[in-house]
Amino acid sequence: MSRLPVRKTYKLFIGGAFPRSESGRTYAVDGTNVARASRKDARDAVRAARGAFGTWSGMTAYNRGQVLYRLAEMMETRSGDLAGVCSGHGEVERSIDRVVWYAGWADKLAQVLGASNPVAGPYFNFTVPEPTGVVAVIAPAEPPLEGMVSRLLPALVSGNTAVAVASSEHPLAGIELAEAVATSDMPAGAVNILTGDRDELAPVLAGHMDVNAIDVTGAGEHTGELERLAAGNVKRVVRGQADGQSLWDIEPLLEMKTVWHPIGV
Amino acid sequence: MTDELEQRHAAIDWEYASAPESRTIVQFRDRYGLVIGGEEIDPASGEWFTTASPATEEPLAEVALAGAKDVDRAVAAARGAFDGWSRLRPAERSKYLFRIARILQERSRELAVAESLDGGKPIKESRDVDLPLAAAHFFYHAGWADKLEYAFPNRTPRPLGVAAQIIPWNFPLLMLAWKVAPALACGNTVVLKPAETTPLTALMFADVCRQAELPAGVVNIVTGDGETGHALVQHPDIDKLAFTGSTEVGKAIQRELAGRGVPHTLELGGKAANIVFDDAALDQAVEGIVNGIYFNQGHVCCAGSRLLVQESVADTVVAKLKRRLSTLRVGDPLDKNTDVGAINSKAQLDRIRELVASGEEEGAELYQAPCELPEHGYWFPPTVFTNVAQSYRIAQEEIFGPVLSVMTFRTPAEALEKANNTAYGLSAGVWTEKGSRILWMAERLRAGVVWANTFNRFDPASPFGGYKESGFGREGGRHGLEAYLRFDG
Repeated sequence: MSRLPVRKTYKLFIGGAFPRSESGRTYAVDGTNVARASRKDARDAVRAARGAFGTWSGMTAYNRGQVLYRLAEMMETRSGDLAGVCSGHGEVERSIDRVVWYAGWADKLAQVLGASNPVAGPYFNFTVPEPTGVVAVIAPAEPPLEGMVSRLLPALVSGNTAVAVASSEHPLAGIELAEAVATSDMPAGAVNILTGDRDELAPVLAGHMDVNAIDVTGAGEHTGELERLAAGNVKRVVRGQADGQSLWDIEPLLEMKTVWHPIGV
Repeated sequence: MTDELEQRHAAIDWEYASAPESRTIVQFRDRYGLVIGGEEIDPASGEWFTTASPATEEPLAEVALAGAKDVDRAVAAARGAFDGWSRLRPAERSKYLFRIARILQERSRELAVAESLDGGKPIKESRDVDLPLAAAHFFYHAGWADKLEYAFPNRTPRPLGVAAQIIPWNFPLLMLAWKVAPALACGNTVVLKPAETTPLTALMFADVCRQAELPAGVVNIVTGDGETGHALVQHPDIDKLAFTGSTEVGKAIQRELAGRGVPHTLELGGKAANIVFDDAALDQAVEGIVNGIYFNQGHVCCAGSRLLVQESVADTVVAKLKRRLSTLRVGDPLDKNTDVGAINSKAQLDRIRELVASGEEEGAELYQAPCELPEHGYWFPPTVFTNVAQSYRIAQEEIFGPVLSVMTFRTPAEALEKANNTAYGLSAGVWTEKGSRILWMAERLRAGVVWANTFNRFDPASPFGGYKESGFGREGGRHGLEAYLRFDG
């Protein structure tokens, strides 16, 4: 007798849990019902991200690197599932390798981007990179998994926490990724992933006063509108590559902090 | 200082003979046109305005009020000069910047006097801070011009094109240097809009460029008001916008540029906490507090306008501070004794008065050192508010004047919480003799510059810029170059 498979219910990922949308709404993508997050869900996700910021950014860089590496491990064990919700194994492998690549940056960023500054006076002066805070990520539709990973990891590696909006067209890659995140030792709330109508959610995040930066790579023709909303609290606005990796994708989400102290006896 | 010594000091009647810097070294012309394409021209707008000394209200010169047409001409001139300037051998570009640095040093006395006349800041500060730092900024960036490929690993730097730059009135020539030096070093050409109340040193800088034989059109200067700045922001042919000023205007600019793909950097307001722990060297800390808030009349975006002092030493620190306030000399900016000069404009004085009145209404306790203010001009005495709650406007809003709000704390965690309880994030100060505590605080303060056991230090090699609503981008250091470059690959 053939066995009836147990299907997965695709839900949101907020504060380390997998809730349905508080609105109760779903929409169908290729025959699968997907949660359609509301404005309230987006605000809850920001609160979760803010709550996790101290923990995630307060970890040592070495520790953060290890947690991100574990994310790659968790993705590897789920590569079959992940391949089913993106273009296939090639994309999954690229995505996993990208996570590993970024994991390795955690404890090198400050050495490459920081500085000791030779000021004209008896002062010790140094500059260190720090995470900017809560980052909203409007993930590109293509490639579904690699696009999400390519935009999320540069935010996370320095200690930012994130609220990512999966593309409306291919939301499952985001939620499958969330399941890997949930088992990766990342603090609850460091990554939050919303599915639903991007045009409904992105403006809420762009205008949110407790979001410090927004990555509009996947925003398409709505970029200008999001940029306008972002000015409300002087958000950093970032556009990056959907399928690449670079130190210079990490850097726009950093704040450079410079510390002075007198030298004397 | 011992109590006995303090009492002896208090008993002395400190009289100072005036020591005015001669103003004969500066000859302002009656009128200054716009500097566009290497020439001084009358504005197409046909309009002029008067710039006056805020210390005496004496008119100093008439200055062109650039309209949209004038801005258009300036952008066109910068565009025309861009090819030549950006293709110049970087080593040659570098030497032009070195020349400018040297000429600024040579003419520093003249420019310092002009700065104090037009802006009202004490000559002591324009002479010892503004001018040396302005020259240093050109000297520092000169050396970068032919080394840019070393600054950003794995990237190929290219200039952006025409950089539109809008600067404030608190450090007119220094802000010009912060903007113009990196822009030119990176191969861009510039349209600079100085502040309405302090246009003169920018116009004199045009003469410095002429003496340096800088190619025509590389630096263009459009004087005017907020409308002039607006026309520059709106101009479709700018490749970069750099702004230093209020958070309110910064947000409007960010909105204006939305969807246009014009890179921009914003250096906006601040409400810095200056945090004094009970183990700090208190006399040094008091000097740091005074420097933090009364330097340049408090017209400083990174001013230490909130004093957070540990409860156990609060009374001592406030008493020392009040005593120190009584020795501050307020008055003639050109007097070499002067510590606190004139408020930059009537509008700014009104704003300071309005916020100070709100502080009294909300319940804070006001202290002002007894001092005689000159009859003419715009003046405000050094002011300290105690009994300030975090919710008061004087604890939240940028006053941009010589007004300090004092609050207390018990634990480092509480100090941190209060320090970070602001929409701004430009700077912070920490005073303690304990090294590990300095580093603990420095790590957690959400601010772009942290001064530990010092305050208000600046250097071209030291990146400066804000977190949160204090803006984005850095000026100075290797990091500051990025604002004026694009990257292939």
